[in-house]
This record gives sequence, C-alpha cells and structure tokens, in this order.
Amino acid sequence: MENRAVLTGTHFINGDIACAEGGLAAGCRFFAGYPITPATEVAERMARRLPQVGGIYIQMEDELASMAAICGASCSGARPMTSTSGPGFSLMMENIGLAAMLETPCVIANIQRAGPSTGLPTLVGQQDVMQARWGSHGDYEIIALSPESPQEAFELTIDAFNLAEKYRVPVILLSDEIIGHMTEKVVIPHPDEIEIVKRRSPNIGPKDYAPYYPDEDDIPPMSTAGDGYHIHATGLTHNEHGYPDISADAQERLVQRLVRKIRSNADRIVRTENLYLDDAEVVMVSYGCSGRTTREVVETARADGMKVGMVRLITVWPFAEQLIRELAEQSSVGAFVVVEINSGQIALEVERCAGGNAETVLAGLMGGRMFAPDELYKVVKEAVL
Amino acid sequence: MSEEATLKTGRKQIRLAGFGGQGIVLSGMILGKAITIFEDGNAVMTQSYGPEARGGACSADVVISDERINYPRVTVPDVLVVMAEEAARTYGPNTADDAIVLVNERLVKTIPDKPGLTVYTIPATDIAEELGRAIVANIVMLGFITATADVVSYEAMKQAILDSIPAGTEELNLAAFQAGFDHGAIELMNEE
Repeated sequence: MENRAVLTGTHFINGDIACAEGGLAAGCRFFAGYPITPATEVAERMARRLPQVGGIYIQMEDELASMAAICGASCSGARPMTSTSGPGFSLMMENIGLAAMLETPCVIANIQRAGPSTGLPTLVGQQDVMQARWGSHGDYEIIALSPESPQEAFELTIDAFNLAEKYRVPVILLSDEIIGHMTEKVVIPHPDEIEIVKRRSPNIGPKDYAPYYPDEDDIPPMSTAGDGYHIHATGLTHNEHGYPDISADAQERLVQRLVRKIRSNADRIVRTENLYLDDAEVVMVSYGCSGRTTREVVETARADGMKVGMVRLITVWPFAEQLIRELAEQSSVGAFVVVEINSGQIALEVERCAGGNAETVLAGLMGGRMFAPDELYKVVKEAVL
Repeated sequence: MSEEATLKTGRKQIRLAGFGGQGIVLSGMILGKAITIFEDGNAVMTQSYGPEARGGACSADVVISDERINYPRVTVPDVLVVMAEEAARTYGPNTADDAIVLVNERLVKTIPDKPGLTVYTIPATDIAEELGRAIVANIVMLGFITATADVVSYEAMKQAILDSIPAGTEELNLAAFQAGFDHGAIELMNEE
C-alpha cells in the first residue's frame, strides 16, 4: 500500500475502509480505539495506514479509554478519531459527554449493528440514532452524519472532521453494518480538492487568553497544549477560564451556549438529499442503508405513476426540522413514511415536526437485515391509497 | 464472446459460492474491481459475514449495472458459481429461471438442473492443479465467467486480477485466467 495520506484515484473498497481513508484525507493522524464487529475494519485500516503517514494508532484497553484518549489528543491539537459499534458506543457515552463539555473536536464512527446489548454482532441495525443524540447524561448538542455508500462514508468522514473543528463538538459518523461491509466504487479526489477546516486559534496573547471565552458565534478559539497558553479542562461546569464554577449562573451560561452554538447554526449544518418533493403526496424519510432501498422504491413508484418523494437525511442530527415542517404544510403531502431499522426513532422526530399536518407511518425493522424493495413498495402503496 | 464484451443494460446479479479458503471473496473483489475501476461501470459486493463463513458455505454477491445501484443485495442470481458441494446445496436452489450456473466439477455432486438453466461443469480445480496450485481454481473460474457470462471484458478482468494478487504470482494467476477463459471459449464454440 502506498505511503500517501490521500489515495487519489478510483478504488473498490468497503464503507469501513472508506471511512478510515476519509479520516486520513481529513488530516486525522491520531486514532485510539478498540476493535469491534462490524467496525473492526476501520481500526484495522488505521492501524496499517497511520504509521505510514507519521500518525499514531493506539489500541486501547476499552472504549472508555479510547474516547478519553481522543479528547486528550484533541487538546494537543490533533484531529482525532475512534470507531466502534453498539456495545462500545454505550461505553463511550460518558466521555462523549466530556468531549461535548470540553468542546474538544473529535470524530466517532459508529458502524451500527442490531441491539440491544450484544444483539446481532455481524448484522445491521439503525437503533443508535437517539443514543447518538441523547446518549450521555446532561444537556448538549452533537452533530451526526449518516452515509448511504462507501463513497459517502469517505466524504462524510471528512465533513465530520471539518464540522467538529468548526463548532468544537464531537461529531458522530452514524454508519451501519450494511454500508460498512458493502464494497463499492470510491473515488478519492486530489488533496487540493479536499476542503480542510481547522479550528479557530486564539488571536490574542497567552496573558489575555481565556480558553472558554467565546467569539460572537458562541465558539471559543482553541489553543493547543504546549503553545504557551494556559489551559484548564474539566468536566465540571466551568467559567470562561476553564475553572470549576459550581453555580446555577455558570451552568446556565455554559450549557445554553453548548446547545445554542449548534442549534443556531442548524440551517448551515443540515444536509438532505431531496427527490420528487414538488408534487409528492407521500414523502419517504430515510437515511443510511435504508435510504438505498427507499430511493429504489421511490423511483419504481414514480415510474408507476404514484406521487412519492424522498428526503434522505445526510445529517441525522441536527434534525432537518425546517424541511419536514414545510413539507407537512405543503398541500400535496398527506403522509410521511419513515424507513429505518429500529422501532421508530426518526419517526418520532418526523411526527413531532409534522405537527399533525400530515400522517406519519413507520416502516421499521428490528435489525438483522435491510428492507427489500418489494416489501417496502407494498408499504408505500398502502400509504398512497 | 469477444474480448470487447461490455455491460448489458440493466442490473445483473452474480453469486460466487464455495467454502471459506477458496478465495470466494477475493473473486468477488476482482470482479467488482474489473467493473468499477477498469470498465467504469457500477458494482456492489456484499458477502455473507459471520462465524458460519469460516470453513462452511460462503458466498460473495456482486450486483453489476450501468446505472446507479440502489439495492445492494443479490436477490435471485443471474449467474451462480458453485465451487464446492456444500455451497451447491445451500445456494443451488435459488437462481433466476434462466440463470447461468458454473459448477466446479470435481468438488460438486449436487448439480442444479432446473429447466431453463444453462449449466456448465468446469474442471477448475483440476486445471489449477495442472498449473501447479489448486488455490488458483477461483482464478480459473473467473476466466470461465469472463468467456461465458457476458458481464465483464477480458482486458478489464485481466487488469483486475493483476491489481489484486500478491507480487510474484502474476504468471501463475494469468495462466489460470487464460486457461479458464480458453476452456469457456471452447465450450461456447461446441454449443454453436
């Protein structure tokens, strides 16, 4: 294998490997993780590739430590990453909250398998959607992106790093076993064509710097440990200097900002793939591997004269609230069909945003397989009637 | 089958089946690479993944299309390759009505025989052994697929093989590919 960080060219690789290559292309040079099916190939690829490009791969003792290590690496200026699946994702939750609290940019790839618990280690699920959003205790906001192909796993991993750096937030690549283990064409562009967003550095000297004093957009410039700036990082509620401040006032100020810096930028962050929405009577909402079957069914339904459209969530979080609200109010739209491999997680969000203006129908599987086109087509036909 | 053979319009589903260790997944990778990298078509490979894939029947499924492939799974194969008996029993009954079925002669006893199928029995393992190593039976079979199944061009497949094998094994693998291809070409001529 070549010793280049960006493997410009056309490849036939799976979604896990594409995710690792996306990380490398985005400038990731630090990976700490613990292998778990079906995310093992991400760690394997990183273990082989990072030493070739001067990076560091550490296999940690568990997922708690993996997450802690990438928080620390982030403080030292690295663009760090880890990967995992269901049980490991649960173990990462405590320190994902820490990453949100410390505002350390980092990327967590969760290649979802079916749960709860150890569930189906080798088979698909999309059941960690709400966990990605709410899994750690307390109140915070994260960003989660869901790829529908190895190509998108590559691209969205780059986007995940850029969003993490821009908003100083942990970003979750919410992939799944089907996408992780599916091998497909991946075109990797020239490094010059890859946008790299770097975190904002302090534009004042060390004496005047307070590590959590935000700019007008609620995002504090971040210094790198060792550069001479004073840093104090704690999971306790802290003031702008990073020191613990155990008071309702400090809590209000800090947590409001952590939430606001994502929510107020939601329209800049949210991305969807929209298909045939102008005259749609039924809008199918999906993401990840389920999005592929959904597109197939929407195309078939259109060919059969049914007015069916599609919204594929590229960002799962923040949720595409505005779009769903507008569609619910669009006179043609009578129903949403939400296609996901869980018992109704995004369906709840769609129902909430629809606000009673359109019906919400769940097409859900409990995991182990993805929807086949013919069975999903039947669900849509019923929804149209 | 000319060497310029390219994709047919629409979706084609190919299932390669055998037992763990026969290079089934590698065969799927090579076929997928030939289509996507060396022909600029679309292909998706999925595979049975789990403890049952080691030693027992395993498969690599490849969907090929000149259009965007949405649903990645193989439903009913248009081309089924069975390299071993257990794979023939597991996967043999499920094919398209007019499927092409390629059977590794020595290792398969249960030969699919539904009316409408085009079945070829190929001494892939024997040919591979004559060339020196039974391990290249999968590459022999790729040569045969190239000649008979109308899914991929000769040149693309050859490039994909060279791109996928360990350095130093080029001669053996290309000989295996050529032997399989020639065998397939002769079968087709005999039919005509």
